[in-house]
Parts: sequence; C-alpha cells; structure tokens
Amino acid sequence: MDWLTRLLSFLSNAIVNIGAWLQGVLMGWGLPEPTALLVVRAVGALVVGFFPLIVVIFLIWAYRKIAARIQGRLGPNSSGTWAGPWGILQTFADAIKMIVKEDIRPQGIDPIPYNLAPMLVVFASVMLWAVIPFGPGGSLIGADLNIGIFYILAFSSAALFIFLMAGWSSNNKYATVGAFRSVAQLVGYEIPQLLAVLTVVAVAGTMKMQGIVGAQSVIFLVAMPLTAAIFYLASLAEINARPFELLEAESELVSGYFLEYSGMKFGMFYLAEFMNSVAVSAIFTTLFLGGWRGPWVDQAPILGTIWFFIKMGLVILVWMFIQITLPRLRIDQMLSFNWKFLTPLAIINLCVTVLVNKGITEAFPGGAPAWARAAILLTSQVLLALVVWGISALGGQRARRRTWQAAQISELEVAA
Amino acid sequence: MLEQFTFVGLLFFVAALLGTLPPALAWLLRPKKPHPRKSEPYECGMYPHGEAWVQYKAQYYIFALAFLIFEVEAVFLFPWALIYNWLPLYAVIEGVLFLLLLLGALLYVWRKGALEWV
Repeated sequence: MDWLTRLLSFLSNAIVNIGAWLQGVLMGWGLPEPTALLVVRAVGALVVGFFPLIVVIFLIWAYRKIAARIQGRLGPNSSGTWAGPWGILQTFADAIKMIVKEDIRPQGIDPIPYNLAPMLVVFASVMLWAVIPFGPGGSLIGADLNIGIFYILAFSSAALFIFLMAGWSSNNKYATVGAFRSVAQLVGYEIPQLLAVLTVVAVAGTMKMQGIVGAQSVIFLVAMPLTAAIFYLASLAEINARPFELLEAESELVSGYFLEYSGMKFGMFYLAEFMNSVAVSAIFTTLFLGGWRGPWVDQAPILGTIWFFIKMGLVILVWMFIQITLPRLRIDQMLSFNWKFLTPLAIINLCVTVLVNKGITEAFPGGAPAWARAAILLTSQVLLALVVWGISALGGQRARRRTWQAAQISELEVAA
Repeated sequence: MLEQFTFVGLLFFVAALLGTLPPALAWLLRPKKPHPRKSEPYECGMYPHGEAWVQYKAQYYIFALAFLIFEVEAVFLFPWALIYNWLPLYAVIEGVLFLLLLLGALLYVWRKGALEWV
C-alpha cells in the first residue's frame, strides 16, 4: 500500500509535483538551478498559452451542439464524411479548411494594420491568462502580479485598438461602421466594468488575483450581487457578446469590422472571440465566485484546480445561454443602457459599498466576522438595487404617460 | 517581482507564436489565384460606390470625449481603492465626494443632451 499513498500524495498536488519533477530531471542533466527554473517556467508559459486554445476548440463544438439543441436543430454531426462521434472533430476540420483557404485581400486596404490585426487579437487574448489563478499557492498561477486585475483591464482594452485597426484598414463601408461602433461601445462599457472592479479591489484590499481569491471566505457573488451583475453585463459588451454584439451585427453590418477577412485571418478573429469569452468567465470566477476555493482544497491542492474549472464551466454555460436566446439591442439602446443606467449605477454602487464597508470596519473594532460583513454588504446592495428599480419603474411610468398624452393630443388635433 | 515578470515575458513569446503561427501556416499552404473581381470590397455583390473612409457621425466623438473624463478618474481611483482599508474615514468620504462630482459631470452631460443618439 506504500506506493498507493505515495501516488495519492503525488496526485493531490499533481501540477506542482510535475513541475518539481521536471526541475529535478533538468538539474540531473547538469543544468544550473536558474536555467532549470527558467525552462520549467517556459513549459508553464506554453501550457498557459495553449490552454485557452485547446479549451476553445472544444468549446466551439459544444457551443454549436448546445445552440442546436436549444433551437431544435441537430448541429454538427458529420462533416461530409466523418468527424468523430457526435461530430466532435468538426472544429479541427474547420481549422484545416480555413488554413488551406485562399487569402483574398480587397483593393485599397492599408496592408500593415490589416495583416497585424488578426495576429494582435489572438496575442492580446492569450496574454490575459498570465494572471488567472488556477489553484492555491504561487505555482498554480502564471504570475501573481501585484497589479493583477489592472493588467487584465489593460490587455482587454487593447481589443478596441485592434478592432479599429481591422475595421478602418479594410476599405469597406460596413467595416468602417463596425470600427466606429467599437469606439462607442467598447470605450463606454469600460467605465462600469472598471468601477465594478474598483468595488472588488476596495473590499478585497488588493489587486493581486490570489489576494482577491483569498479575501472571499464568503464569495463576492453573495456579498455583492449588484457589483457582479454590473461587471458581467459590462464584460459581455466588452467581448462583443450577443445582446451587445453591435460591432458584428450579422444582419445589418454583415460581420462588421472583420467583414473583409477570409480564411485563417477570419478564423483568428473567431478564435479570439471565443477565447475572450472563456477569459471573461475565468475572470468572473476569480473575482466573484471565489476562484479555486472549495471544500478539501487544503488537503489536496489539485481539487482547487478542479473547483476552478467547474465554476468556470458554469459561467461559460450562462454565457452560452445568453448568446443563444437573446436578441441584439439597437445602437441607441445600447448606448443609453450604458450611459444612463449602468454607469451612474456603478458610481453609486461604488460609493455605497465603500462607505458601508468602512462603516463595518469602524463598528467592529476587533475585526468584523466574515459572515457579518457579507450579510451587511448584501443588505446594502439589495436595498440599492430595490431603490434603483423603483426609480426606473417610476421614470418608465412617467415616460409612458407622456407618450400616451401626446397621442391623445394629436388625436384631438386630427379630430379638430 | 522580476521572477513574475519573467513569466509574463515568456508568455509574451508564446502568445506571439500563437498569433503568427496560423497565418504563417496558411501562407505556406494556401492557393494563390488572384482575380480582379475577387479583390473588390464587399458591397452586397454590387460595384463599390464611393469612398469607404468617410467622415462619420460626430456623435461617436462626443461619447469618446465623455469617456475620457472617466478614464482619467481611474488613474486616481485605483490607488485610493487599493489602500482604502488603511485610510481614515474622512479620506474615504473624500473619495466618495470625488465620485459624486464625477456623477455630477455625467448628469451635466446628460442634461446637455450629449447622450442622445440623433
């Protein structure tokens, strides 16, 4: 039974142990320790970089299957010949097809930004993964930077420039409109996203991703549901997902900023879109669902990674359901929702949460218990949500009455 | 700190590889049969009409301008939020007042009608 316990203890922290084993092997070959460590880190970077790619290849298949099931269709089940059971290899077939497609460039494009944009869009969405904590401790996160969440905001707002490059350089009217819309949408929804992140940073007291996970002995989705909702809605707009996919808008702009891309270049925009949605799910999991926290993580750190993936999978499912079932907003609705609702709400939410949280700290001189803090924050957030709901319901009623009165008056005029 | 940024640097190379590998592969494998009809900008099958690089709605510019106010605010608010737990109460209230001023700016922009889509 000795080997069994050794195997179990190896498996209980498998990823860290594999890293240590690899380092041991390299040092056995006579490499000095810093070089061995660098090689281990390079392998880690390869794993972290290729991980979203692998996930996305199966996610695209799963998305198409689930969308088909919800919409009463079959979905991919064979690609002419055979694509594995349930068409699971469909994405590989698509990728091969895209790679051997001819590259069609329209006349009059601006070649440098046109060719650079698809490369940069994948680059930026891979870079996000450096600070996502996959498990407890310092070795299951690429780099626990002290500016963690700020780093993510920096790389996710790079998308704006890339969309602008792609749309403007394509020499196409639809693409130009898509690029303009990207300015209005991505720039606008960055504000509520930023303010929601600020709320989390203030309550957690750190920008380190591991620190934010560590601060969630009661997960922030329970303590601050309103903040979570603001963050998720703004993130959906930032990654150009369904209720806010005005940059693509298949039925009006054909496909917006990447209309003129074909073959693998189109494939890279498609890939990056899915990679970003996985990244947003991972960030939401870390900020609001407690990341890798869960039962028995202390005994077996590998469980933390499993909890993380289960939570992330659930958030991805929510994203899928929103994608499959919701229609797209109109551009004026999208802008009004952001500037007249989400941004003021996010500012007030930040003010209230910060004051309430400080009040709790002042009221409990010996340090407030985590559940009490969470309960008071939850109460304040629910009250704020109720007040906002009441105000917007009143405003809506008044607006409806005004349009009704206007209709009455014009009817009278017609009668006169 | 240096150790962590080493990882970010390594990931930079992996990400650059992931960004350049598929186009490079496609460049090696794809056929090349150019035709002038193929390289026309897409416009629902018609001949393209007029310029694509036009001056568009000024409205977008106003939204971008309103955004700038808030983006500059982030520079001040991130350090404040980070040390907020160690701040005395009056410093927190000061931060809140700053936020309320911003809200006032937003309300002003709203009242001036800059947020209407025309």
